[in-house]
Amino acid sequence: MEKMPKWADVVLIPLISLILAAILSTLVILAIGENPVEAVNLMVTGALGSTYGWGYTLYYATNFMFTGLAVAVAFHARLFNIGGEGQAMLGGLGVAVACLYIPWPHWSIALLAACAASMLFGAAWAAIPAYLQAKRGSHIVITTIMFNFIAAAFLNYMLVNVMRPQGSQDPATARFPEAVHLPTFQSMFSTAENAVFRGAPANISFFVALLACVVVWALIWRTRLGYEIRAYGHSETGAVYAGISPVRITIIAMLISGALAGLMAINNVMGEAERLVLNATEGAGFIGIAVALMGRSHPFGVFLAAILFGFLYQGGAELALWTSIPRELIVVIQALVILFTGALDNMVRIPLEKLFLGLRKGAE
Amino acid sequence: MSLIKSLMGAAAAVALTAGASLAEPALIFDLGGKFDKSFNEAAHNGAQRWAEQTGQTYREIELQSEAQREQALRRFAEAGANPIITMGFAMADPLAAVAGDYPNTKFVAVDVNWLDAPNIRQVSFAEHEGSYLVGMMAAMASKSGTVGFIGGMDIPLIRHFGCGYAQGAKAVNPDVNIIANMTGTTPAAWNDPVKGSELTKAQISQGADVIYAAAGGTGVGVLQTAADEGILSIGVDSNQNHLHPGQVLTSMLKRVDVAVYDAMKAGEDVQTGVFTMGLAEEGVGVAMDENNAELVTEEMSAAVADARSDIINGNITVVSYYENDSCPALQF
Repeated sequence: MEKMPKWADVVLIPLISLILAAILSTLVILAIGENPVEAVNLMVTGALGSTYGWGYTLYYATNFMFTGLAVAVAFHARLFNIGGEGQAMLGGLGVAVACLYIPWPHWSIALLAACAASMLFGAAWAAIPAYLQAKRGSHIVITTIMFNFIAAAFLNYMLVNVMRPQGSQDPATARFPEAVHLPTFQSMFSTAENAVFRGAPANISFFVALLACVVVWALIWRTRLGYEIRAYGHSETGAVYAGISPVRITIIAMLISGALAGLMAINNVMGEAERLVLNATEGAGFIGIAVALMGRSHPFGVFLAAILFGFLYQGGAELALWTSIPRELIVVIQALVILFTGALDNMVRIPLEKLFLGLRKGAE
Repeated sequence: MSLIKSLMGAAAAVALTAGASLAEPALIFDLGGKFDKSFNEAAHNGAQRWAEQTGQTYREIELQSEAQREQALRRFAEAGANPIITMGFAMADPLAAVAGDYPNTKFVAVDVNWLDAPNIRQVSFAEHEGSYLVGMMAAMASKSGTVGFIGGMDIPLIRHFGCGYAQGAKAVNPDVNIIANMTGTTPAAWNDPVKGSELTKAQISQGADVIYAAAGGTGVGVLQTAADEGILSIGVDSNQNHLHPGQVLTSMLKRVDVAVYDAMKAGEDVQTGVFTMGLAEEGVGVAMDENNAELVTEEMSAAVADARSDIINGNITVVSYYENDSCPALQF
């Protein structure tokens, strides 16, 4: 018997967690002597009040969707992939190689190639920890986080010593050629008299992210492989008894996870920066963990959570632009949301389950 | 009627002054944040000095993500901020994309000198020249014949610092042994005093007795450990001699604060073009004050003064790492 109705699990618990985080954030803002109402107002209008704000919110959300899905797929196999950061960095390298060294005639072909390259590089980076976990039992949490550092060092080497244009002081690749620039929302949705999403970085990869959500949903709940992944995640011994190979599932789940994290690079590297910079991922790989936790590892939940974090990022940027609230505080607000929705989930869940059980007993 | 007219006149005057006050300068800090004890903090100090002296205000933002670079530039330009001052080489690419859209706004780019736009003032510093001078002092103060260099993140800019330092040290003592380490490969390397301290201990165990830190907040750990272990250290960017009086040999000054202060003082009329702040312009130099007076011998200060004038009048050429992405005196 379910302890709670499904809607309570999916909607009510995240909502209560969010409200708790909001209350604490309000107290923090009050404590530093700023006006919380004004701050919230600024965040909402800045992130959602204009197509410009939406353009940034959706740009960040696209990043978080890819990394959130990456973490979610691994979660279903009970693998905690915290290497999304490194896998996304390598994905960026794949995109840069694909865009810089091959003269593509049109962005659409370049996008397909960049998707393939980023997924390949991301998956390759996840393959080594996956192999070590499957064959040697080296814990995936330890190996993936270490691979983040190796990825950072590798990227640094590539950008400083190999891919940096001669004489440039900036450790970044050259700009990608004009032909591979992805269409932004501005060029897609603006009409002659009405320019929307002006200057915002949201681009066509948002739709790739939506497609990825659908594909992941179909994979996990509508295919044999997805069933095997979930079965392995629920019980390893049960899965083995059913003839599912743990080695195979561990490696495949991690490869899919790494490919999804790598795919993020089409948004931030190809769509926004149009060149590869050192700090391209900016922690999106770690935010993906929070997004997957909050979204209950379901693609639709990941989608909603990614939008929420996109809102927090863009709203936070507006706060930083127009108020004297220090950026550390914006990080505190984001951290509170992660803390309540991810780590303190049971704090809300257990009392709520008791409440629903009590209600049901009362009704019977 | 006349009352209404005068009221409207007053309203218009208020509107005009409001418009004028909008043209305040804006300062965009790089990802390190404005309290990084180094590059960004120097800019903050320059801006604060301007604000205190003039009683005027300025807008500022500490960037948190790469996507915000262009965003902050556009938002400030659209709000009428002028001039808009940016910190760090990473702003060059967004500036190149944005500056053309706001021809009436002046931009000031610190640590950039390769852009081509009529409304950008590009200010770069000859860090290799200043580093050359502190390198000379390090080699002269060293008793073991081994000097150290601890950089922050491994990027060309920091190699540029290290390269000048190595050339200066070799100019004094051709047999000097130079140990160079970088703190890391992620932006965290700018603010990791613990690792700075470990690297310092490692270099001491290899015989280094003077260590130059060009590593932002990480340098605090280098200077602290050097003082604890009884060797000399060299600070960077700001004058850090006072942090451990009598134990910091000198500091390589990079007057980012002056660059920001000058730009704010000039306001909308700031001159655009490419400006290099070298030894002659006092954009870089060595810090001499009461805290290091006992450490600097007369021989040392005479040698530094000679080298300084030789570099200014071209008798000594300090090779820049940027020229061909390599250093004649040091292998990274």
